[in-house]
Amino acid sequence: MSTLVAGSHAHDDAHPGGHAQPGFFGTYVFSLDHKVIGIQFLFSTLLWLVVGGLLALGVRWQLAWPWTEMPIIGKMLFAGEGGQISPEFYTMLVTCTPSVMIFFVIIPILAGAFGNFLIPLMVGADDMAFPTLNMLSYWFMWPAFILMICSFFVEGGAAAAGWTGYPTLTAVKTASPGSMNGQTLWLFALIFVGISSMMGSVNYMTTIIQMRAPGMTMFRLPMTIWAMFITAVLQAFALPVLTAALFMQVLDRLIGTSFFVPEGLIVNGVSAGAGGGQPLLWQHLFWFYSHPAVYIMILPAMGMVSDILTTFARKPLFGYKPMVYSISGIAGLGFIVWGHHMFMSGMNPALGTTFMVSTMMIALPSAIKVFNWLGTLWGGKLQFTTPMLFAMSFVSMFIIGGLSGIFMAATPVDIFIHDTYFIVAHFHYVLFAGTAMGVFGGIYYWFPKMFGRMMNDSVGKVHFFLTFIFLNGTFYPMHILGVGGFPRRYADPYHWETFTHLQPMNQFMTICAISMGLSQILLFANMGYSLFFGPLAGRNPWNANSLEWMAPSPPGHGNFDAQPIVYRGPYEYNTPGRDTDFYPQWEPPKPGEQPPPDHH
Amino acid sequence: MGKFWGVLFLTVPVLGVGLFAWAPFANHWLPEDVSSHGHEIDHLFYFILGLTGVVFVIPEMALFWFIWRYDGATNTSPVKFTHGSHNLEIVWTILPAATLLFIAIYQMNAWTDIKMNKPDMAYTVEVTARQFEWRLRYPGPDGALGTQDDLYHVNELHVPVDEMVLVKLDSADVLHDFFLPHMRIKQDAVPGTSIPVWFKPKKIGEHDLVCAELCGWGHYKMKGRIIIESREDYDKWLAGLQQRQNTTSDAPAADETAGNE
Repeated sequence: MSTLVAGSHAHDDAHPGGHAQPGFFGTYVFSLDHKVIGIQFLFSTLLWLVVGGLLALGVRWQLAWPWTEMPIIGKMLFAGEGGQISPEFYTMLVTCTPSVMIFFVIIPILAGAFGNFLIPLMVGADDMAFPTLNMLSYWFMWPAFILMICSFFVEGGAAAAGWTGYPTLTAVKTASPGSMNGQTLWLFALIFVGISSMMGSVNYMTTIIQMRAPGMTMFRLPMTIWAMFITAVLQAFALPVLTAALFMQVLDRLIGTSFFVPEGLIVNGVSAGAGGGQPLLWQHLFWFYSHPAVYIMILPAMGMVSDILTTFARKPLFGYKPMVYSISGIAGLGFIVWGHHMFMSGMNPALGTTFMVSTMMIALPSAIKVFNWLGTLWGGKLQFTTPMLFAMSFVSMFIIGGLSGIFMAATPVDIFIHDTYFIVAHFHYVLFAGTAMGVFGGIYYWFPKMFGRMMNDSVGKVHFFLTFIFLNGTFYPMHILGVGGFPRRYADPYHWETFTHLQPMNQFMTICAISMGLSQILLFANMGYSLFFGPLAGRNPWNANSLEWMAPSPPGHGNFDAQPIVYRGPYEYNTPGRDTDFYPQWEPPKPGEQPPPDHH
Repeated sequence: MGKFWGVLFLTVPVLGVGLFAWAPFANHWLPEDVSSHGHEIDHLFYFILGLTGVVFVIPEMALFWFIWRYDGATNTSPVKFTHGSHNLEIVWTILPAATLLFIAIYQMNAWTDIKMNKPDMAYTVEVTARQFEWRLRYPGPDGALGTQDDLYHVNELHVPVDEMVLVKLDSADVLHDFFLPHMRIKQDAVPGTSIPVWFKPKKIGEHDLVCAELCGWGHYKMKGRIIIESREDYDKWLAGLQQRQNTTSDAPAADETAGNE
């Protein structure tokens, strides 16, 4: 397999100056180079992270002080309503915040930014298998970006039916202001994101299978690459279902089919058309994609965290193969648990029991991963760099996010906490306290490779400290709100007798959320400053083992200045009998040295 | 710095458990349970809370201890060079698997009781959710729904105490969710599908009826009340309803009379 690498590209003997110079547009805009595309993804998604974060703060503002004027920006945004968020706009906020965060930030920053940048470097290839397809996968995000922005300015405003887009609220145009036009733009935006992801996933699978350097067997791949590989497989299998569902909803809205609209429906005095459809069909199709998508949003972060933990624990990864098998197990089980989003949907309750059992079982591989991460830290020599702190916090926070899932998986308990803030706490612990912290760690860890300069470690630690404190202040009390029955997506819960006493806690959370948002200025300032003025990194600033650290920082076109040959797995730290505490994958063994045994 | 970061990570289990210990005393907790089945749900909740609490504290404490103990700046003992342990992997695969399987089996009966064993009785009331109100339809003297003598009401769901209540749940337009926090009942209302919901109130009182599925801009104000009263008060209220509706119109059309009091 690995011999295929040599023949597949003409420029194997990597001579960065030897290619035709593609000019400014070819180098930085319509680039075919996986590193530039990865960095394009990184900057675009970070920009959307800011947008999504501001939308989220709008939600938090309303939950803390409903129907009050937002300071400073209220008058600019909501001049018509006296500086307040209107209930219509609030439903757009709770729809567009997750849509932006999931489809424009988390999925593309993991697969698009880190996947693109790291896969060829870590498998020892000079680029992706299909560079043009790779470029298209980035540029297909732009129609989605533009559609999402435009949707705020069409009649009725942006989509306002939740990021899950449940019919009939979405399929019937009279059901809500956002369903007039915004929903159509939202659907097309998601279709473009799906096409982009699909092109990426085909590319990643092919590159990982076909273009590994000589000696890079599958079981010598770093966990990041295993996670990216499994994620690409998940995308490839799940996305067609979502795309089909999105088109079905487009047809329901635009040409009057009734896939999701039952017979005889009259919404706001207007007949919803012929009918004969079933709203639950959408939920099945949507979650058949969107549950695997939950793992698409966490597995790459798990992989990155595994790599960061081993580098700074100066110890081999504990249980490499169990880690690989549990990722694969999560992916496999991920396809048979979608019904746990639908326990209260009106789906046959007997089916609920089936999905409950499979859902319980998917907690198992996650538990195995946590134990192995802890095993990796045990007995090491930990170096508390910024990426390490973020990686350790991923482990700590993922324990919370994993365990809170068991409450929802238990069908009777779900009767009470379904669609309350308990689930909101759960997915923020997985996706913000988990994935986002992993992503921050990844940025600090691979920034030197991306740009050739180090980020400031002290500022990084302050950024970590503040983010860690405030994220817990924002998200942990959500569990308590959920136990109190506090419902999601309410513009003003406090006129309900049951929830009125929960307002002070919400105000505390909003203050934490605003502080957390402000703390991110440190990240962006650090990135911006280090990009130009950070100390030069050199090839291997962390003394790490995997192949990307063999290439120059930043790597030139074609990546490596010599064909990498892989002699061992990526986690050989503190190997007995060596005078350094690391043993890079590319370093030939000394004459007469025994190759390391195959580990489980 | 290892000790500092260790303490920071120690705050996670300490404050995490602390907040859950404080919340019940500060009334930030499960609403009062007024249903006959709610104790099953609450018991499972506490059971899982206790179990996950233990499973939460142990690895978090381990993480704290490793950060405290194995700080590279102070740890002089050699790194424990290992690629893993087959025996440990087996232990920490089988133990959680058995625990999870146990939780799965342990809760099955509660789910069956609450959602699958539909009582064999006539419907007490039909609840039709629509943007943004709860339309209620009680059977008239003939005891059957869908006949001429049906009684209409909005947002105030009266039910008798200590009797099984069987609700026929419908939606007129979009998805809604019939959520009675104090009754530990939640069920989506789906347009085009009637879904039976049953519960047995055990205490007289008034509580919120909440819509728990996003149903449009007015979702947050789709407010109903459940009024649990004695059999006599309930019958009196039904009789009053019947008297009012029979004097206002001969053949009440649902859409016009529903909102009138």
